Amino acid sequence: MHGGSTLDALVAELRAALAPGRVLNTAAEKALYAKDGSATTPSAPAVVCLPVSAAEVQACIRIAQAHARAITPRGSGTGLAGGAIPLDEPVVITTTKMNKVLEVNAEERYAWVEPGVLNLDLTKIVSAHGIHYAPDPSSQQSCSIGGNIATNAGGPHCLLHGTTSAHVLAVEVALPNGELVMLGGLEPDPVGLDLRGAFVGSEGTMGVATRIAVRLMADPPAVATMLASFATIAAASDAVSAIIAAGLLPAALEMMDANCIKAVERFAHAGLPEDAGAVLLVEVEGLSAGVCGASVLIDRVCRDHGATTVRTAADAVERALLWKARKSAFGAIASIKPNYYLHDAVVPRTRLTEVMQRVVEIADECDLIVLNVFHAGDGNLHPLLVFDRREPGIMERVERAGHAIIELCLSVGGVLSGEHGIGIEKRDYMGLLFSDDDLRHQDLLRHSFDPTAMCNPHKVLPAGSRCGELQHVPEGAWI
Amino acid sequence: MQITRSQPSAVTLAFAEAVGIDGCVAVEGGRTHWQYGGTLAPNVRLLRAPTGVVSFEPEEMVVRCGAGTTVAELTEVLATKGQLCALDPAQPNLATVGGVLAAGVSGHRRLRQGPVRDSLLEAQYVAADGAVIRAGAPVVKNVSGFDINKLLVGSFGSLGLLAEVVLRCRPAPVLSQWIQLDGADPRQVRAAVYNPSSILWDGNTVWVLVEGDPADVEAETRTLRTVATVELVMAGPALPLGGRLSLPPGTLYNCMRADGPVAGLGAWVAEIGVGTVHVEHTPPLPPLPNAHLQRTLKRAYDPSGRLAPGRFPW
Repeated sequence: MHGGSTLDALVAELRAALAPGRVLNTAAEKALYAKDGSATTPSAPAVVCLPVSAAEVQACIRIAQAHARAITPRGSGTGLAGGAIPLDEPVVITTTKMNKVLEVNAEERYAWVEPGVLNLDLTKIVSAHGIHYAPDPSSQQSCSIGGNIATNAGGPHCLLHGTTSAHVLAVEVALPNGELVMLGGLEPDPVGLDLRGAFVGSEGTMGVATRIAVRLMADPPAVATMLASFATIAAASDAVSAIIAAGLLPAALEMMDANCIKAVERFAHAGLPEDAGAVLLVEVEGLSAGVCGASVLIDRVCRDHGATTVRTAADAVERALLWKARKSAFGAIASIKPNYYLHDAVVPRTRLTEVMQRVVEIADECDLIVLNVFHAGDGNLHPLLVFDRREPGIMERVERAGHAIIELCLSVGGVLSGEHGIGIEKRDYMGLLFSDDDLRHQDLLRHSFDPTAMCNPHKVLPAGSRCGELQHVPEGAWI
Repeated sequence: MQITRSQPSAVTLAFAEAVGIDGCVAVEGGRTHWQYGGTLAPNVRLLRAPTGVVSFEPEEMVVRCGAGTTVAELTEVLATKGQLCALDPAQPNLATVGGVLAAGVSGHRRLRQGPVRDSLLEAQYVAADGAVIRAGAPVVKNVSGFDINKLLVGSFGSLGLLAEVVLRCRPAPVLSQWIQLDGADPRQVRAAVYNPSSILWDGNTVWVLVEGDPADVEAETRTLRTVATVELVMAGPALPLGGRLSLPPGTLYNCMRADGPVAGLGAWVAEIGVGTVHVEHTPPLPPLPNAHLQRTLKRAYDPSGRLAPGRFPW
């Protein structure tokens, strides 16, 4: 489909528009960009571009278009659903070099940033003003703001503060047709339709974000971080429901099971109880009196539901250690097995206990190890199947377990993804969650932004989501 | 084969049948937000959306209701379990949940609670071709697919007619206190308080709504006393109902200028930290940004323009 001489011409034009050193096309370089943080099969792009400005992003898009190439936007490549995997040998446009914080307005609590700014770096840069960027995915040391927008990223503190969408005021976007537009603004309500809201979470299919106005929040005057241990996941899950039922909305409410605790403690040495069946990490924030009252209430609720110990972090150091333990869960699993398959389903909170029980059973049935770490406050599970993919026959069991977990979560009224996005990984399950009409309506939105379907194709929506759509077969697909 | 959600209710299906597949239609609720958006074209068939709270799960912090349910009815149901939803229309006995969402009009507690669009978790709506479509899901966290709900809010029914919605709830505050500060500088007030529900300003007086734990309310009140003279009052100011401006919050202080954004619009009250200004006289229609993209979307969802024609006025 794409001849060698055409590829040379494509690369040459891109190099002329950007700079020779920022357009990569050796096999080794392309291999690095063929994958993301997921277990999806890698797929090499035609060429990788590293623009430094919106104008360069537009140029990449236009040149790709002129060569009938798709484009795939990429942030830090930490995505867990295959959203940044280049399919159809596209032009990958990666924003890692667009990493400047352009403006910080501490009084009005917003900042303009480039898409390649790393999530945690943003908070560090603004911290001197007593403000921070609230959405805090566990990958925040490496993931980018642009990537966060693509997936509408979450994180533990989204329980109280909302996900990325609630923290994006405006996005400048290079559209799939090469045009540069500003969606949203500093004003509270859009004129006409909320295009900004529609763009957040669109997983790179509606264009490339080139500049973003983010909302920043004041650091809370008081914080209490508590760790409660339970003998069983069931007891911990019931405590979660009881905390919510008591009228509390903590800033974060996280759970880890025994397997996870053991793995993490070896790495983080946070003093997690290695004999516990599950721990809850609960954080409340606000003014001192309210935080005090909430802590007392949470302590009581946990103990009423069988907590064997409830410990409150004594200072910022201990608080940081507890969070390090929680956020290093994925990294720590490498000490058990080299590969993992991470799920991201959401279930109603009241079904957590039975679902967690069934997840453990599914893992047992498939003879796999499972670690459970998740955002218990909003029912967002992350069952982690850990394995060594070199083991004969294991991938079939991993996929079988994965499928069973997804069907289980959907059957209790849950959804496919709480924060990682659909990408490639969950695309073909969308029909279990939505009707054909529902999917067609989602495609109306996508198609309005990208009529030629050349912007990160084959992601999110399964083939056939549009009436009369021609099945696009990726090059190299074995029919 | 779908293995999850239940099918649309009988009431929703009846509503879809009433919408039909052709002819111009629009939904009429309490008629409380018709000063927003454009004028409805003549000879449009008016329908009423399904009413009533279908289910409320306080442990999940979600509520499902017909779009035609009044905000007052919803509020009452949620209050029985000490919860609320971030909808604060001026006339809750008349305003419907669907109307507030379709008009995209947020309440005066937006500073703390966020805009109404962040409350909508799932929408079942009737499309231009009469199909019942579900966008989103009844869970508080969801990134499964594209966020049509964000388009629906503020679309005045021009992309689809809301039938049934699932909203996110929050614990209701234990205590609510309005504090009036005559002659205060709103910037100073804003810098002083931590997490007020509302800061309102009419150029002379600042009103702050502090809500939450009684000891927290007391602490915030004490802090405000260091900024200006404080008077505890029963209510905030009456909000002008002619219309609204949407300004970058950092520019609100320009409202004091004779040639500023509120010139000619009569009495005004600004939401500090948010940027909404409530004005007495309906402001002129602003130009439509990204008009091509917006019209493409509108045409995609409603090719013949039969849904609430005229309400999307550009």
